[in-house]
Amino acid sequence: MAAGADGGHSPIAQFELKTLVPLKIFGVDASFTNSSLYMLLATGLVIAFLMTAMRSRALVPGRIQSVAEMIYEFVASTVRENVGEQGMKFFPLVFALFIFVLVLNLIGMIPGTFTVTSHIVITAAMALLVIGIVLVYGIAQHGLGFFKLFVPSDVPMWLLPIMVPIEVISFISRPISLSVRLFANMLAGHIALKIFAGFVGTLVFAGAWKVLAPLPLALTVGLTALEFLVAALQAYVFAVLTCIYLNDAVHGGHH
Amino acid sequence: MDPIAAKYIGAGLACLGMAGAGIGLGNLFGQFLAGALRNPSAADGQRGTLLLGFALTEALGIFSLLIALLLLFAV
Repeated sequence: MAAGADGGHSPIAQFELKTLVPLKIFGVDASFTNSSLYMLLATGLVIAFLMTAMRSRALVPGRIQSVAEMIYEFVASTVRENVGEQGMKFFPLVFALFIFVLVLNLIGMIPGTFTVTSHIVITAAMALLVIGIVLVYGIAQHGLGFFKLFVPSDVPMWLLPIMVPIEVISFISRPISLSVRLFANMLAGHIALKIFAGFVGTLVFAGAWKVLAPLPLALTVGLTALEFLVAALQAYVFAVLTCIYLNDAVHGGHH
Repeated sequence: MDPIAAKYIGAGLACLGMAGAGIGLGNLFGQFLAGALRNPSAADGQRGTLLLGFALTEALGIFSLLIALLLLFAV
């Protein structure tokens, strides 16, 4: 994490993909990289945590079990608030997305580790999955009536030629903004952390300016705290927006 | 123009976008505080909405910071 004063590492070197096991399937590079390793690690962690937490299945939960139940209740109430009782069949999807993004973000906060969610290919895949489910389920549920989503009610007829393209564009930009929000937060946050950590190194080796070194150090500590907040908050935002988009699919477009 | 200089000017210009996020965040927390002081008992229920708004607003500032950082280090 600490950038050397010699400028040996660029701040974006931490996002480099390293191939661990080269693998080619039909000419497609499907190598096992450090990104895959961290995703596997996060999945294993989540499964191990939930299994140990819920092993006793006590009526009066112990310490670990109440943590697991709190996370469950938190996501469940988010789904219930935003989609309603009919949306609870999407609870496993939202819970999996939330806890996967949360654990990946938090693993990324450990110095020296790799942040999987700072690659747009990962977040875009998750966002496209969400939008794909919204489209498929919405059309299966409402048929062509799903496209009423693009026709706002109680709008004068002559405004529709303007409103419909705007609604379509806003729908298409959903997966883009959903994926870029998570990826940009993680990428910019980690680069900023590394740059400020680099200032400490530069000042320590800058002769008399050494006395100023604690300033960027304090800033780095504060920024780290902010990054922890952002890591949890972005996982929550991803889950909430997933719920809001699913709401359109479940209830059709009346707004 | 020298491409390196253009790169740095572009990064500086991209950072201007963060002013919008600054205005937005100031508005967000200011309005929340104004509402919370008028009706403190209702404030706790809106903390989740506040954090959601914070994350959504902050993300827009992060977008422009990202452009600046990409110009500085990745281009």
